[in-house]
Amino acid sequence: MPVITIAGNEVTVDDEGFMTDSTKWNEDMAKELAANIGIELTDAHWQVIKFLREDYAQQGETPMLRRVSNVGGVPTKELFQLFPKKPAKKMAYIAGVPKPQGCV
Amino acid sequence: MTFVPDFGDDSSDRKICFIASKGTLDMVYPSLVMANAALGEGIETHIFFTFWGLDIVTKKHMDNLQFTWLGNTAMHPQGKKLHMPQGMAGLPGMTAVATKMMKKQIADLDVPEVPEFVQMIADAGGHLWACKMSVDMMGLTKDDMIPEVEDIISATDFIELSDGGQIVFT
Repeated sequence: MPVITIAGNEVTVDDEGFMTDSTKWNEDMAKELAANIGIELTDAHWQVIKFLREDYAQQGETPMLRRVSNVGGVPTKELFQLFPKKPAKKMAYIAGVPKPQGCV
Repeated sequence: MTFVPDFGDDSSDRKICFIASKGTLDMVYPSLVMANAALGEGIETHIFFTFWGLDIVTKKHMDNLQFTWLGNTAMHPQGKKLHMPQGMAGLPGMTAVATKMMKKQIADLDVPEVPEFVQMIADAGGHLWACKMSVDMMGLTKDDMIPEVEDIISATDFIELSDGGQIVFT
């Protein structure tokens, strides 16, 4: 798997560019990952990213949009505004957790 | 070296139009699940509710869709090589029992019930349309439907709006 440098840290990513080890993530890296896909992180983005990381650590899988909305408390509409077009994948990419696998 | 996923933001002009024609609990989920997935991929998504599928967006019925295995020979007790007898499905109260069981199985997967699911799809930018012929046939008006239904449109309107898109009939 490719090894790349994000914000000065060498990390392994999968073939698409998602980090393979979420424990190697830090906030500076999140800023660079977000910039890579044209997103500037605001407090609202951070709330989502923090929820994603906490939930992934507890559940062992990346939450789908419904869970981010119902449990994380950020409405679906807002998620599409914060992370346009493909919110579930984009937020996972920035939060350094695997691409979500669920159906709903 | 940078290694960035291709989220296809600039290139995606894909469009998918689902036709939801059934109102039994098991047959409403295919279009809802796929429409939701398509929206999550940034794809322009439409659902055209026609015939019994109108129940999915009709206020009076959307939270009370039913399931029966009558006419469905693929109904097996989970994990068993058995078919549920067809005659049993016709017994009084059996539709309610089967509906309750299916709702539980869906909830166990953390998949929402129909009203919440439709709201999620609307919030994600999905376009909902009701079929004019079905609405007229069932004596409904737009007020009978949830406000997220954008309009009541004819078959011709649907063919026009689905131009260039992929159409999936469910």
